Amino acid sequence: MMLDGKTLLVTGVLTESSIAFHVARLAQEQGATVLLTSFGRTMKITKVIARRLPTPAEVIELDVTDEEHLAALADRVREFAPDGLDGVLHSIGFAPEGAFNFLEASWADVSTAVHVSAYSLKALGVAALPVMKAGGSIVGLTFDAQFAWPVYDWMGVAKAAFEATNRYLARDLGPKGIRCNLVAAGPIRTTAAKSIPGFATFEDSWDGNAPLGWDVTDAEPAAKACVALLSDWFPATTAEIVHVDGGVHAMGS
Amino acid sequence: MAYTDDEILAGLAEIINEETGLETDAVQLDKTFTDDLDIDSLSMMTIAVTAEEKFGVKIPDEEVKNLVTVNDAVTYIKNAQS
Ligand SMILES: NC(=O)c1ccc[n+]([C@@H]2O[C@H](COP(=O)([O-])OP(=O)(O)OC[C@H]3O[C@@H](n4cnc5c(N)ncnc54)[C@H](O)[C@@H]3O)[C@@H](O)[C@H]2O)c1
Repeated sequence: MMLDGKTLLVTGVLTESSIAFHVARLAQEQGATVLLTSFGRTMKITKVIARRLPTPAEVIELDVTDEEHLAALADRVREFAPDGLDGVLHSIGFAPEGAFNFLEASWADVSTAVHVSAYSLKALGVAALPVMKAGGSIVGLTFDAQFAWPVYDWMGVAKAAFEATNRYLARDLGPKGIRCNLVAAGPIRTTAAKSIPGFATFEDSWDGNAPLGWDVTDAEPAAKACVALLSDWFPATTAEIVHVDGGVHAMGS
Repeated sequence: MAYTDDEILAGLAEIINEETGLETDAVQLDKTFTDDLDIDSLSMMTIAVTAEEKFGVKIPDEEVKNLVTVNDAVTYIKNAQS
């Protein structure tokens, strides 16, 4: 199995539609022990959903913008995983509704989007560092930030910052033997996606533009790529972005 | 064993009370979740997953937004049991 004996910290499981839920599920099927994180009012939902994994998983509280949670993370992980972590999944994104109107958005909305969705990759990586083993892997989820998309607006800018953060994190954690990579997923109908006003614009066009076609209800292709990057099968790959989008990123319109 | 309408209503009222602090008496069939009971979308998600566990049914995410009144939820859960 791809992840035999590995212990992973998986953030971002909200419902069974969450991309992170499918990563956790496949990772367990591939032999990994999985710890989840959740925060605030979503803790309760995550705890119920955690029992629907093949093996029920522990849930640690982590609001990725809360300095105290970040400072306590390594100790919380040690309680459940004394030998430390082989991998971390960052599957966190949020922007206030105002951030989806490019010309009208306030800095307050934009800064929240950047804090939760981009800076958080560095924050999580550093918080987990004391318990990360050499050879470990950090994987995050992006939505291709090379382009200006309809409706994505400041979340697209936050994703561009997220992709740059991944490169710098890879630079600074590489010497410690830790890889940092992203999966650029096509649109998937999750809670976060459905909260984006006008998300249907992506849904409608993606399938037709993808050489392989695209199913917005299937998170498994993106989750499989995350599992592969968390495994030992990309030992010399870091600062990379793997596109799991049916091929859309490489097509002219 | 299927739950009756009354049992579903009573169970939902308990779940809603636990999530929001609302008195169980306030949870009546004709009440709307959003306007009458002031339940936001995150609480609604919590109530839905908790109800799934309690009644052993599946309430898909897409269905949750169609549950406008308490009666809608009771009816949905009742039909989903079979
Ligand atoms: N769904 C898509 O179309 C799509 C496409 C490409 C990339 N992504 C990315 O995938 C990732 C996961 O999103 P998803 O689509 O599975 O939706 P989701 O709603 O299931 O997951 C988003 C998660 O972010 C968490 N979160 C938000 N604020 C947080 C905070 N302050 N601290 C900790 N956690 C916080 C939420 O609790 C939730 O679990 C996000 O980074 C998203 O941008 C999604």
